[in-house]
Amino acid sequence: MTESLNGKGLALVPKTDAKQSLKDFKSDQEVRWCPGCGDYAILAAVQSFLPELGLRRENIVFVSGIGCSSRFPYYMNTYGFHSIHGRAPAIATGLAASRPDLSVWVITGDGDALSIGGNHLIHALRRNVNLNILLFNNRIYGLTKGQYSPTSEIGKITKSTPMGSLDKPFNPISLALGAEAGFVARTIDSDRKHLHSVLREAAAHRGTSLVEIYQNCNIFNDGAFDALKEPETRDEITIRLEHGQPIVFGTGENEKAVRLSPQGGVEVVRRAEVAESEILVHDAHRPDPSVAFALSRLDDPAFEHVPIGIFRSVDRPAYDTLMSEQLEQAAADKGKGQLADLLLGGDTWRIA
Amino acid sequence: MTKQVQQLDRVIIRFAGDSGDGMQLTGDRFTAETAKFGNDLSTLPNFPAEIRAPAGTLPGVSSFQLHFADHDILTPGDAPNVLVAMNPAALKANLGDLPRGADIIANTDEFTKRNLQKVGYATNPLEDDSLAEWRVHSLPLTSLTVKALEGFAISKKDAERAKNMFALGLLSWLYHRPTEATIKFLEAKFAKKPDIAKANVAAFQAGWNYGETTESFSVSYEIKPATLAPGVYRNISGNQALAYGLIAASVQSGLPLFLGSYPITPASDILHELSKHKRFGIRTFQAEDEIAGVGAALGAAFGGALGVTTTSGPGVALKAETVGLAVATELPLIVVDVQRAGPSTGMPTKTEQTDLLMAMFGRNGESPVPVVAPATPSDCFDAAVEAARIALAYRTPVMLLSDGYLANGSEPWRVPEVSELPDISVEFTTEPNGEDGTTYLPFKRDPETLARPWAVPGTPGLEHRIGGIEKADGSGNISYDPNNHDRMVRLRQAKIDGIDVPPLEVDDEDGDARVLVLGWGSTYGPIAAAVRRVRKDGGKVAQAHLRHLNPLPANTGDVLRSYDRVLLPEINLGQLALLLRARFLVDVISYNRVRGLPFKAEELAGVIQDVINSD
Ligand SMILES: Cc1ncc(C[n+]2csc(CCOP(=O)(O)OP(=O)(O)O)c2C)c(N)n1
Ligand code: SF4
Ligand SMILES: [Mg+2]
Repeated sequence: MTESLNGKGLALVPKTDAKQSLKDFKSDQEVRWCPGCGDYAILAAVQSFLPELGLRRENIVFVSGIGCSSRFPYYMNTYGFHSIHGRAPAIATGLAASRPDLSVWVITGDGDALSIGGNHLIHALRRNVNLNILLFNNRIYGLTKGQYSPTSEIGKITKSTPMGSLDKPFNPISLALGAEAGFVARTIDSDRKHLHSVLREAAAHRGTSLVEIYQNCNIFNDGAFDALKEPETRDEITIRLEHGQPIVFGTGENEKAVRLSPQGGVEVVRRAEVAESEILVHDAHRPDPSVAFALSRLDDPAFEHVPIGIFRSVDRPAYDTLMSEQLEQAAADKGKGQLADLLLGGDTWRIA
Repeated sequence: MTKQVQQLDRVIIRFAGDSGDGMQLTGDRFTAETAKFGNDLSTLPNFPAEIRAPAGTLPGVSSFQLHFADHDILTPGDAPNVLVAMNPAALKANLGDLPRGADIIANTDEFTKRNLQKVGYATNPLEDDSLAEWRVHSLPLTSLTVKALEGFAISKKDAERAKNMFALGLLSWLYHRPTEATIKFLEAKFAKKPDIAKANVAAFQAGWNYGETTESFSVSYEIKPATLAPGVYRNISGNQALAYGLIAASVQSGLPLFLGSYPITPASDILHELSKHKRFGIRTFQAEDEIAGVGAALGAAFGGALGVTTTSGPGVALKAETVGLAVATELPLIVVDVQRAGPSTGMPTKTEQTDLLMAMFGRNGESPVPVVAPATPSDCFDAAVEAARIALAYRTPVMLLSDGYLANGSEPWRVPEVSELPDISVEFTTEPNGEDGTTYLPFKRDPETLARPWAVPGTPGLEHRIGGIEKADGSGNISYDPNNHDRMVRLRQAKIDGIDVPPLEVDDEDGDARVLVLGWGSTYGPIAAAVRRVRKDGGKVAQAHLRHLNPLPANTGDVLRSYDRVLLPEINLGQLALLLRARFLVDVISYNRVRGLPFKAEELAGVIQDVINSD
């Protein structure tokens, strides 16, 4: 587990002394995802994680777009807003910017966040309002029954692409890093412990955090992440990024390491063939995002090796804080606004 | 030489020049002087969408018209008495509006061969006799300015630029305007460039002195202050009044204002204005697009703010889905549409009333939204407060339909006392409202207003989820039950239909008119001015003006049916007429012009007279 990287994310959100458990965060609504859907595991992980934060439940809000994943808020016994397709980051921005006392979570899918809502996502990331964005990536449109999505691999055969999809997918981590995100991480529905560790850091980060969660849609894209789950392949391809640790993965003879490539970027080499000193030590706090970006490219093209964990966690002032400071500054400079003075400002004349 | 002073009751001046000539600034300053002097006034800025269209061309002409009087007036005037033409293009573009006998003050320095050719003048109209019907004052404004500024530490270009201040000085002399405020203004505007400030003040004073000494003007004019209702007045544009109305609504409701907006002509000035008033706790958020602007405003409303978004027609089109979400979630939201000429980009700086049906119906599903439209620039203040009252009391998005004419036009405004403003405070729900005393039912309605309770995040025990999916009446849980949906559709409609709005008032002097002329929005001034003309000529006509377009005042049908004929002028192809015909089966007579400009009073007077005569 990485150390708590900045810890200010929740400083303004009121805490409770009452003991909370998973049950406190379950709403009375029946969960309606398909049996076996990865969303269940993520829901349970979030519900079991939140008590750890010790926040007052009424100060937590889940805002979502549209998609299977976006039904999430209905199942949380917190405040919730199930909005419209792609717009959750915008709605959450208004809420979080005007209410710094709230812990605001955005739940979105790969279509919701990266197709229709792509513009809002990138601007939310660069703007850095205090939000946690959980992107459920099943690499498919679940709710509309299985069309390819902007994270589907090229050649994906779906109802809308019977001869295979033509367009290159987004890598959500690369996109987020390119969009000036301060906190970028990836985790997976099946690994609750890892999910918890990432959520913990995301919550602790003040500003916008983006957590991509690989999520299995067992109906329309089953097994998309099996290589990261099956015991035979799991440890050979999963690169677990941990701050301050050398980046190594694989087992036995196949043990591998990541080093800076002489050609630029990073590369995977057999561990036996490199000196320990050459192995890249992961630094999530590196101000320059280019190494994080290079790491995010390691899974391209076909899941040969897939980094998970926190790619980047860098502090910078949150938009809502700066906005509040401007309001305070204005009031301090000229005094709090008085309506009568405002209306009578400018050139006036009196008619008797 | 002592000059003659003549008394006038009203004057219409139009300043016209190239976009780069500073005509809007000149007009604004003359307006400020006139307001200070105490005349009633009304203004009409008219400028191209391009920041700098090619110099000297017809599309590059920018103008500012000002009507001022010793009595109360209603419009910026149909036809200027004076045209200030800074170049041939300005003359050519505006001559058609100029009645015979009007004064033309032309800057001869710009009437060069090249400039004349640019706009298709074969010969110089100032020198041939083509302007014989007008009183032409040909003055070398540029060279007079440059001469007056000899010895100032500024470039020739900067000296030439000050010609608009020379013109302003001349006109200020001609109409006996007070000058101190303009001098102060110039000193403040160019505070960082003292040489430029001094030069502009000097040009302004040189223009004044020129008037006093030249033989081109043998008469100057006095227009006495108007006797308006007692009170403190200031001059205000529609956009500024609207912004102030939103601030007042925030203060009077006790809710912090959150504005989510994306720049668009002619609405941007509301964003600019509100951005200046952070000390009122106002958050202004320039979003990545209109959808994010309204989304952020709605998110803030969920959190207990007064959520507002400001835009023009193209932006309203983008916001439609989110406004629908506000209808479904029943959250308060103000959507300001400063209408402009469409479709598509249309004519961004020109006015129109063509978004009424979009405001009413431009969303999927049965999605009723209240619509309020201000009548004059200063009325934008009250209309904004009224929109907030409805949004907050009924938990609904409200469309506030201003337009380009109101937005940029200005008039004297009697500043209200804060104590005169309505109390629109809201109480958030803080206790469970279920029968069992522990559950919270977010869609349990107030029996009177049908508004749902508003519990904001941070309130313990009332955690709940809302969204765009159909909700069970009361509990707000997801529901696909057919009968529940039918009930919710009708409840949402009934809530809007039941909004308390004041009755439609009719101005029918003697009570024996057979023709009613009805209007909405910014046509108020021209219609009222036309009605005055008709009455002065002995015609009988009643006037009524709709400020609430949804719901309509309860007596609307009765009013329409009590006249033989109802005439409805609109700057669209009959959008309100369509609604009234459908609702009341009244055969409204539509009069429509869609030229991007307000109606002229004379034109409407003729139309009214024709309807009266058609008996
Ligand atoms: C404006 C709009 N366009 C289209 C849709 C239809 N739609 C609903 S969800 C969805 C895609 C969802 O995919 P994703 O975001 O990946 O979510 P998932 O269901 O996979 O969790 C689409 C296209 C909609 N609801 N609204
Ligand atoms: S369609 Fe896929 S993503 Fe949607 S609920 Fe079913 S399994 Fe989950
Ligand atoms: Mg998906």
